[in-house]
Amino acid sequence: MSSVSSTSGTTDMKGMSALASAPPRKRKLGWNLLGLLVFVTVGFPVYWMLNTAVKPAKDAIDPDPSLLPTGVTLANFRRALAIADFWGPVGRSLIVSLAVVAIGIVVGMLAALAISRFAFRGRKIVIVGILAVQMVPLVAMIIPVFLLLNDLEQYDKLTGLIITYLTFILPFTVWTLRGFIVNIPKELEEAAMVDGCSRTAAFVRVVFPLLAPGMVATSVYGFIQAWNEYLYALMLLSQKHQTATVWLGNFTTKHGTEYAPMMAGSTMMAVPIVVLFLLVQRKMAAGLTAGAVKG
Amino acid sequence: MSAADTTTPAKVPPTRPSPPPPTAVTKPPGRPKSAAVATPWLLLAPCLLILALVMGYPLVRLVTLSFQKFGQSQLWGFQPAESVGFANFSNVLDDGEFWQVVVRTIVFAAGCVIFTMVAGMLIALLLQRVSGWVKTLVNIALVASWGMPIIVATTVFKWLFDADYGILNALLSKLPGVDFVGHNWFASGPQGLAVIMLLVVWGAVPFVVITLSAGLTQVPAELEEAARLDGAGPWGVFRYVTLPILKPIIVMLTTLSVIWDMGVFPQVFVMRNGHPEAEFQLLTTYSYDRAFVVNDYAQGSAIALITVVLLLGVVAVYMRQMLKIGEVE
Repeated sequence: MSSVSSTSGTTDMKGMSALASAPPRKRKLGWNLLGLLVFVTVGFPVYWMLNTAVKPAKDAIDPDPSLLPTGVTLANFRRALAIADFWGPVGRSLIVSLAVVAIGIVVGMLAALAISRFAFRGRKIVIVGILAVQMVPLVAMIIPVFLLLNDLEQYDKLTGLIITYLTFILPFTVWTLRGFIVNIPKELEEAAMVDGCSRTAAFVRVVFPLLAPGMVATSVYGFIQAWNEYLYALMLLSQKHQTATVWLGNFTTKHGTEYAPMMAGSTMMAVPIVVLFLLVQRKMAAGLTAGAVKG
Repeated sequence: MSAADTTTPAKVPPTRPSPPPPTAVTKPPGRPKSAAVATPWLLLAPCLLILALVMGYPLVRLVTLSFQKFGQSQLWGFQPAESVGFANFSNVLDDGEFWQVVVRTIVFAAGCVIFTMVAGMLIALLLQRVSGWVKTLVNIALVASWGMPIIVATTVFKWLFDADYGILNALLSKLPGVDFVGHNWFASGPQGLAVIMLLVVWGAVPFVVITLSAGLTQVPAELEEAARLDGAGPWGVFRYVTLPILKPIIVMLTTLSVIWDMGVFPQVFVMRNGHPEAEFQLLTTYSYDRAFVVNDYAQGSAIALITVVLLLGVVAVYMRQMLKIGEVE
């Protein structure tokens, strides 16, 4: 993808340098400096989180903070782990996210197949419905969802949270998987069926292997979304059963905020997620746009 | 639209298989007739059932709730919920504070969307012009900020903008004639919301940049060259060649951004330690506040419903775009 972009940039300008108003080399330097400025601005919050996490807590409250690391210590991480139970929330977040993704991927796969591989009456309405459901802001639903779980006696239960998370994971999974499926030529299945496979066998043997990477990416991305969710986790579980995102709130008390340990906690929360995200980001971006443009 | 169509076939599919098997050529593809009408609905059934439970039912409940009297005693079942007609809505609509919140929300969301889209477009265009290594660096920073959980990003911004020990105040105070020592960014609503806007934009820009960058690679270089030969300047090329081709993507990104930015909640909530002051209330936090702080669930629902209705127009534009694109299939 990146190699293509250079054609529309400055390289094709060489051919008609007579038209260029400034010498190309100088211009490139200007663009690069601007690019570095963007890099610094966008990256700074992440850098500052890491920087604060490893610096001694007393340097964190220096009124004239040094931009460079002043020394490396793990004390903030130890403090972060001690301030409130860490592994309990992480375990609960893991259970919820994995369960949501497992249900989402199986149910979502079936639905994605239906809307991408079958022509049937009402197909368009289903597609519109799934897209529309994705657009309803989660916040608007919190009151009825809270009352529903209250009625079902699922308030403060992980199962209740898992069911609720399907509201956003399921439409997302269906839509994304559909994007991946429409990119697999129908002819492949048809060829397998001509060769004597049943429709199911054609899917399992031909489509499924091609779809596997997309399914992995979708699962990982769904996992990240479930893991990062905050509002429902805060509202539908009590303090005793908090998840990892809510755990981060423990650093602010009546007596103020312990920033250095909070940044250590933030780092512990963010690094695994950012790494997972890095692994699937390219594939997701391709899948999302391909799906969006291919319809 | 015709310009957009040209971009479609060139999209790189994520899992394009190697050569298709040659056997299919000889016979016409036979489809078993028994693949009856029922199959797709059977496949859809679990998904639709779950969505009906977790989405459909609450949506209906949201509507009915907003026409009822529903407070703490109804929550605990001491009293049945009784219908009150449009009372909740007229209460909400007669409330001056509500309209302030509406205006604040719209200004806030519009600011977020405009800054996100403009910054995203500028960075995407810039990335086409920089050297490879700069591009890699910027991409790393973008993906890292994109991947940051919202809650983590919010706590980090809280720290950056801290009145006493925040790095931003320290850096600003280094400028000659500027004294930001101990400056509290959240003392006033507009300033605090501007910080939150910055946080939202920071988190939203990467998705826009990466999507637009992918779109930009699809703009045929010959078209741009032809425009330049016809005497178009850089702005002309962008305005009359690049922009029309990117239009479907831009419409999609803008509508998505509007929907997301109207729904901003955790950023405000966490930034204000769970109790946003009146000056910080957006429609989402206001609805939450009515329901869970004042314990008037019905009025909270009415506000949430009004928010959803406000968004319907934007959703309609988004859906139309998606369907329009979908017709390519």
